[in-house]
Amino acid sequence: MSAAPLLQVDDLRIDLALGDERFAAVQDVSFSIGRGETFGLVGESGCGKSITALALIGLLRPPLRLAGGTVRLDGREIQSLRAAEMRRLRGKRISMIFQEPMTALNPVSPVGRQIAEMFVLHEGATWQEAERRAVEALASVRVAAPERRAKDYPHQLSGGMRQRVMIAIALACSPDLLLADEPTTALDVTVQAEILDLVRDLCAAKGTAVLMISHDLGLIANACRRVGVMYAGRIVETRAAEEVFRAPSHPYTSGLVASLPLLGARAKEGRRRLKEIAGVVPSVAGFPHGCRFHPRCGRASDLCREDDPGPTPLPGDGLVRCHHHG
Amino acid sequence: MGSCGAIIMAEPAPETILKVEDLAVHFPVGGYFRGRRSLPAVDGVDLELKKGECLGVVGESGCGKSTLALSILGLQAPTRGRILLDGHEVGAGMDRMARARIAQLVFQDPYSSLNPRQTVRATLATPLRLHGMTDDGEIDARIAAMLAQVGLRPEHAARYPHEFSGGQRQRIGIARALILRPKVVLLDEPVSALDVSIRAQIINLLLELKDAFRLSYIMISHDLGVVEHMSDRVAVMYLGRVVETGPWETIFTRPRHPYTRALIAAIPDPFGRTRGVKVTGEVPNPLDPPTGCSFHPRCPEARAICRERPAPGLEALGADHLVRCRRAAELAA
Repeated sequence: MSAAPLLQVDDLRIDLALGDERFAAVQDVSFSIGRGETFGLVGESGCGKSITALALIGLLRPPLRLAGGTVRLDGREIQSLRAAEMRRLRGKRISMIFQEPMTALNPVSPVGRQIAEMFVLHEGATWQEAERRAVEALASVRVAAPERRAKDYPHQLSGGMRQRVMIAIALACSPDLLLADEPTTALDVTVQAEILDLVRDLCAAKGTAVLMISHDLGLIANACRRVGVMYAGRIVETRAAEEVFRAPSHPYTSGLVASLPLLGARAKEGRRRLKEIAGVVPSVAGFPHGCRFHPRCGRASDLCREDDPGPTPLPGDGLVRCHHHG
Repeated sequence: MGSCGAIIMAEPAPETILKVEDLAVHFPVGGYFRGRRSLPAVDGVDLELKKGECLGVVGESGCGKSTLALSILGLQAPTRGRILLDGHEVGAGMDRMARARIAQLVFQDPYSSLNPRQTVRATLATPLRLHGMTDDGEIDARIAAMLAQVGLRPEHAARYPHEFSGGQRQRIGIARALILRPKVVLLDEPVSALDVSIRAQIINLLLELKDAFRLSYIMISHDLGVVEHMSDRVAVMYLGRVVETGPWETIFTRPRHPYTRALIAAIPDPFGRTRGVKVTGEVPNPLDPPTGCSFHPRCPEARAICRERPAPGLEALGADHLVRCRRAAELAA
């Protein structure tokens, strides 16, 4: 663990401009991902998990903007690279897949050509060579009849097939890091399972690290080695995946775990009333003072209302931001 | 129950509130020049809902679960078969107004299913007025009582949907469904559009209301954790047909149909344990269904006969447990 991690994010801050006002949509977000590691960011809508990923590859657009912090890839700061430099990095060393592959693919270009483009742009291949490798890439994401499929346009493919194409594009140049933003949310559960297995197998084979983003705590715990739980623009807890469910430390994490009707729980323990987390998810314009979770928290004290807790280390490479963590 | 009583009475059979018999809904598709074809969205479904019961309907997109819901509400005419709601046939013996008093729907998306230009009061008063309530005092009292039942305050009645959070909007959607005191409520993915930390509130509320009003639910969901938690019985659909149905415990702990097993296996376990054998492939195009059993191309248990001969009818494997698979008896629990 002495070598620098593949990705090191420190004190990331993303501002959202609304009229004349500025709100910190993401603040004090720090985490690192080792080479070939799978790291999950889990949280509800508006917690800042997706824009954190966009910030990593320089894709924030107004009204959002990177307002502070550093992003290091292999020790080199990349948060203030010029657009042209970032373009060389994107797709080659860091790539990304999204929730809805239809909007991420070019509707007027055959999918084989969209994969081939990666080899032409990033590896200087000829189009002929690139098209041949695109067919191989389609085969590697377990698309049947890849020669024929390469000529298809996105609208001719099912949702699961489109996501396979996205994965083929993203992994074409064997990047060091894959950002996967809710990659299976739009898919049926049996297809979701296949896509997750595919990402896991291919990334393991290529040594690609994964930053997986989802609102589904069970999925993230299953697919990742370490997990960062986000709430209202902050990472409130970073843990080994199995610890998140077994021994959650932050009241938000333990509240979430207790509120989930986990498949198999009723058969094991009978039907218990689900534990509710009171209140509502705050919006970025209304993040509370002090600890941002305090209005919904059963452990909140006066301290929590006034003082924003800093990170406290937990055994086993974990962190929690809570004055009364358990 | 009744073990110490002097008179031993047979447990009265729970009353059936909804019966779906051989329901089929085929949609015409295709152009005017080439031959029109029909897409069987629902193809021979039999279901029964008992009073006070929650029946979970699960299956992936295109399995026909939403079409089934629309048919039950009389919003989609069946191609074949019939639906009996509280003893009356939907469509034939029952007009929309009568149906509305018996069966109502809670929508998935509480953002798009509420009229943004109507106050909560207007949204809840409209059905009452349509169904003959004229006295404003009575209407307001009914609305206030309903809001309290779903965990909202009386002053919320004067507000517009945009003033509420997603969870509160779903409470309004539930109040609208219950304001006419229906007997059956269809829940179409009632929590999947909500934030994860809000879902437990709505699930608990739905279970409380079911007891308080003696409601019967049909809940459509792809979230097997929610279905297991809420359902008394479960029906699993694939390509327009029920492939397995039974008590929730049977379906979740001793499923027999390979598709039910595949659905359960596909849910990621947070502790990394395996839930069974996953399947590959995708739901086939209903316009061009596979030969034989429609699940055979994805089925880990398929044999030559499954490819050649259509799937059998639903066969009983145990008390109230029906499976549509010719290999079900061999596939031990």
